[in-house]
Amino acid sequence: MKYLLAILAAALLSSPPAPPPARIVCLVPAVTETLFAIGAGAQVAAVSSFDNYPPDVAGLQRVGALLDPDVERILSLRPDLVVVYASQADLRTQLGRAGVPTYVYTHAGLPDVTTTIREVGERTGHGASASQLAGTIERRIATVRHTIDGLRKIPALVVFEREPLSLRGIYASGGIGFIHDLLEAAGGRNVFADVKQEAVQATTELVLARRPEVILELRPAVTTETDRRREIAAWDRLGSLPAVRSKRIYIFSDQKMSIAGPRVGEVVETLARTLHPEAFGR
Amino acid sequence: MTTTTLGGRMWRTLPWFAALAILAIAGGPLVGSTHISLRRALDPTLPFADNVDAQIFFVARLPRTLAGAMVGSMLACAGVVFQGLLRNPLATPFTLGVSAGAALGAMLAITFGWSFAWLGIPAAPAASFIGSLVAVGIVYALAQARHRGLSTNVLLLAGVTMNAFFSALILFVQYFADFGQTYRILRWLMGDLDVSSYEPLVTALPLVLVSFAVFAWLARPLNLLSLGPESAGTHGLDVTRAQRAAFVSASLATGAAVSVGGPVGFVGIIIPHLVRLMVGSDHRLVLPASALFGAAFLVGCDVIARTVMAPVELPVGVITALIGGPFFLWLLLRRA
Repeated sequence: MKYLLAILAAALLSSPPAPPPARIVCLVPAVTETLFAIGAGAQVAAVSSFDNYPPDVAGLQRVGALLDPDVERILSLRPDLVVVYASQADLRTQLGRAGVPTYVYTHAGLPDVTTTIREVGERTGHGASASQLAGTIERRIATVRHTIDGLRKIPALVVFEREPLSLRGIYASGGIGFIHDLLEAAGGRNVFADVKQEAVQATTELVLARRPEVILELRPAVTTETDRRREIAAWDRLGSLPAVRSKRIYIFSDQKMSIAGPRVGEVVETLARTLHPEAFGR
Repeated sequence: MTTTTLGGRMWRTLPWFAALAILAIAGGPLVGSTHISLRRALDPTLPFADNVDAQIFFVARLPRTLAGAMVGSMLACAGVVFQGLLRNPLATPFTLGVSAGAALGAMLAITFGWSFAWLGIPAAPAASFIGSLVAVGIVYALAQARHRGLSTNVLLLAGVTMNAFFSALILFVQYFADFGQTYRILRWLMGDLDVSSYEPLVTALPLVLVSFAVFAWLARPLNLLSLGPESAGTHGLDVTRAQRAAFVSASLATGAAVSVGGPVGFVGIIIPHLVRLMVGSDHRLVLPASALFGAAFLVGCDVIARTVMAPVELPVGVITALIGGPFFLWLLLRRA
């Protein structure tokens, strides 16, 4: 007992509160965005190879990503905090051995986004602005929920990926995860809500059988208006789908649509306006 | 059995294989992950655009079943021809680098976002067909370079080497792919028959017909080749010509099959062996029986793929691999 108390006392007394990290290496784009949004941008030393938002990241060093983190380069930057994915077990072990503190990011549902923002704020010395940002996001989502309250949930299909100009290899949102949460928060009913996976390999038959009234495609590669029109026309062969008949197929190429970061409030509102234009006084 | 004529044996066996293939193709569209009413699907008074059952039947299931029949019969026949040509029972349509070349082509198309459509086929299948032609072209050139005629040993070694080399290139290209592309690559490599339109089938049809015409001519030459090239030559066969015809037709058939369904594994080895167990080794029987049985087998596997995990559906390559892997091992043990 005395021994335990001694340890406790040592922990409480001997270590002064650590100063906020000044050289952050962030491998998670959603957290990078958060760091800049809460005013910790100046503390960021390097980001992942997929980061492109906010524009301030353009000049920063790149240190790999989820599958190929460059440990040597990360260590050479002498970081005092590295933001890693929970699944990067090897990297975490190596950083731990080198004595580099980490923040472990877990990709989960919509409610976790603001939790992460608050945690990142605490960890980097920007607790107040993070809390403010999280509050703004929560209020924006609450406003959307209020606006569409009582409206019928629109059966919708969210497509992440498919072969260009064809309906082969459709990869759609299943009934769990961040994208599913976004859809439900925006007043949609995921047609694959019963499939308890983050992603479903949807065949033509499955899509026909589920009868979505709206199809939302998150495809960053489709950028020009011509491509968009051609990709939407690819659905024409499934003419019995309500979404095809009422021409309610939308392709979003902005990457923010699938990033669980500070722009989620905006994303939920965009999706809600797409699903329920009448509620927003169009 | 020994005294019966070939015509008689054909007449006694092939109708059974044909019946099996017809049964599979007719039954394939009737089952699936969802329940549809056949009466409603075939009701001409309902407008097609409003008829979900008809769309599931004609847009989702029928093309998928026909694709299964086409791919299954081509891979099975290509397997028979490659085994005869290489005189190696473990040869498959993919032994000589066709599938690795096709995979590399598809991967380049996916990773670098090519989105052209060639003769109505989207970029990935088109590029996979071109990739398979490049691979077999290189293997063919190597096998011919230092020999008069085709050296089957060099063919085999060059094919295996090309497979390994293209696999390395695939890993290299994959490094440039993002998550979505990686998923599409993986999905393509599994082999999948959900073609969702008749276009790929119609585009592949000329190649199918040409290949089958050559296969029909090849039956007797393959019988002679099984005695060894020297003996075949003394029986009056133009060995080099027969080997070239076998190599080119089987490669084209494999390339076309892969462009439709991706590299669906094991069909090209299971079917020829099962058929030989049933009808003997005369290629005049083995080839048509393999075409029919291959079609029935792949359609059957696809029915399993579409229903076993309902409400979701699996790519057919997963099922053929699950059946084929153990079968291949059994074959190895049996021969050893």
